[in-house]
Amino acid sequence: AEPRRALDDEMLEELEDMLVQTDLGVETAMRISANIAEGRMGRRMSSTELKELLAAEITRIMTPVARPLPLYSKKPQVVLVVGVNGAGKTTTIGKLASQFKAAGKSVVIAAGDTFRAAAVEQLQIWGERAGVPVMVAAQGSDPASLAFDAMTKAEADGADLLMIDTAGRLQNRQDLMEELAKIVRVIRKKDPDAPHNTLLVLDATTGQNAINQVETFRKLADVSGLVMTKLDGTARGGVLVALADRFGLPIHAIGVGEQIEDLDAFEPEEFARALVGL
Amino acid sequence: MFENLSDRLGGVFDRLTKQGALSEDDVRTAMREVRVALLEADVSLPVARSFVKAVTAKATGSAVTKSVTPGQQVVKIVHDELIKVLQGEDEPEALRIDNPPAPILMVGLQGSGKTTTTAKLARRLQEREKKRVLMASLDTNRPAAMEQLAVLGQQIGVDTLPIVKGESATQIAKRAKQQASLGGYDVFILDTAGRLHIDQVLMDEVQAVRDIAQPRETLLVVDGLTGQDAVNVATEFDGKVGVSGVILTRMDGDGRGGAALSMRQITGKPIRFVGLGEKMDALESFDAQRIAGRILGMGDIVTLVEKA
Ligand SMILES: Nc1nc2c(ncn2[C@@H]2O[C@H](COP(=O)(O)OP(=O)(O)OP(=O)(O)O)[C@@H](O)[C@H]2O)c(=O)[nH]1
Ligand SMILES: Nc1nc2c(ncn2[C@@H]2O[C@H](COP(=O)(O)OP(=O)(O)OP(=O)(O)O)[C@@H](O)[C@H]2O)c(=O)[nH]1
Ligand SMILES: [Mg+2]
Ligand SMILES: [Mg+2]
Repeated sequence: AEPRRALDDEMLEELEDMLVQTDLGVETAMRISANIAEGRMGRRMSSTELKELLAAEITRIMTPVARPLPLYSKKPQVVLVVGVNGAGKTTTIGKLASQFKAAGKSVVIAAGDTFRAAAVEQLQIWGERAGVPVMVAAQGSDPASLAFDAMTKAEADGADLLMIDTAGRLQNRQDLMEELAKIVRVIRKKDPDAPHNTLLVLDATTGQNAINQVETFRKLADVSGLVMTKLDGTARGGVLVALADRFGLPIHAIGVGEQIEDLDAFEPEEFARALVGL
Repeated sequence: MFENLSDRLGGVFDRLTKQGALSEDDVRTAMREVRVALLEADVSLPVARSFVKAVTAKATGSAVTKSVTPGQQVVKIVHDELIKVLQGEDEPEALRIDNPPAPILMVGLQGSGKTTTTAKLARRLQEREKKRVLMASLDTNRPAAMEQLAVLGQQIGVDTLPIVKGESATQIAKRAKQQASLGGYDVFILDTAGRLHIDQVLMDEVQAVRDIAQPRETLLVVDGLTGQDAVNVATEFDGKVGVSGVILTRMDGDGRGGAALSMRQITGKPIRFVGLGEKMDALESFDAQRIAGRILGMGDIVTLVEKA
């Protein structure tokens, strides 16, 4: 059997280090280890037992935020997808569109990244894969007016869902964040309750900057939920725990690959166990 | 939440007003703060550990003079060591692109910025070094990846290898090499598909591409916002493909850039450039001084100590 040791500072430090290496952040790692230690110092336990405790604690924190993308009866339900460059927005839209289509929804996609080279072509291919029409505008044109036109078309077509892709933008770029705010304003002219969901896509390889990303995008674009991509790599996405703690935003899905089916529901227990290496 | 190092150390040394040398105890207390500062800046844990060890040895017994506080003294030692590691022992040689056609291979994780950086680098070589550059996309994976590079090529006036649908990455590499010789290009840059370092099939593919192209430079393109995973990425790409240099992208963000230290320490290879935006001219030479200040969340204090 695995050796047991009395829980001491050294063991706690090892625990903290392990958590830090998942990008949980020092502060959150220390707090969670302290929670585990409370009333247990000196108690003999194996490393696996300690990890089980930890996984249970993280599961407890993450369970309230594990919620699928809510669907409304409103037609069209507008889903705006935002995030920093290269996070996986366009790919995630393709995957989501395919899932909704399979669930019997009629979906329209708007190619709101009118900036990046071949962003439109990329999304068009995803539209074909998902079997969903993609509305496009010329490169360099105003993404807000495309969003407006897309709302009009989705309404006219009686679509259930309109998903709007946007160009990647770093949250410290005020001009680009203002452009995003404008897209939201224009959408609201059509429907004051839209966008009904604003998804912030986070890359699992990102470290502590994810906290700034959520903070700023939430403030300027009213983010309603998160998707974390690239969890098929070795990055563990521990920053989600810090985010759950601070912002409590729901996590709707996780990206686990580049193929159309590589989008899973966020499972708190599975996530927590992977995080602590169980 | 993210304090800079001098604020942290200010607190530690508040009660320590005596002058003289930093005792072992002082240094130990200070180094706990240094460690946290590095981790909050996303330096990978093993790298932060060995860095702290090196700095501890240097700081213990170091003299504190009238003109600086113990906190400032520690900040200076840490800052100097950061620059030393980031910069490497001596100035890196220029990119090895003298024998035409010189191949450059671009590799990295998905979405790190390879395609954009390929075009930025091509533009830079063309404008600053008057090189004739050919770019080729070997990305048969991502939708419209080849079109993306072709559009960028048009924007900057750099040739791209004509797209032939259905070719494999290795076939494209061969064609690029041939075209580069026949067309009299000085440099050809191979943009590859993003891949996870644990993806056996794709890592095999990039090895095959490397063996065909025999790159003079293999540049690992890394997102400057990368967290603890930097250590895995650096180890695996260097181990499996062999990296000759690193490019950090998205340094126009407000990330602290600790990945720079991890990359440098683990690969031992120079950080060549930093990407500072999406535009084609947003590529700059790496400046260790600037990144060091950024990792510590500060800049001015160090100049202050230097003057003292
Ligand atoms: N391994 C892996 N790769 C992913 C995942 N999601 C997206 N990618 C890849 O990440 C890269 C960037 O994805 P995109 O969807 O283009 O990202 P984006 O946020 O739209 O990028 P910009 O529009 O340029 O800001 C592509 O190579 C995708 O195939 C994922 O869950 N796992
Ligand atoms: N802000 C900023 N954005 C960048 C920088 N470098 C690249 N980007 C953006 O990051 C996103 C991804 O860049 P790509 O060049 O497509 O990345 P890639 O590594 O080729 O992606 P894959 O081929 O899918 O693996 C795009 O939106 C780029 O415009 C940079 O230095 N700063
Ligand atoms: Mg996109
Ligand atoms: Mg690319």
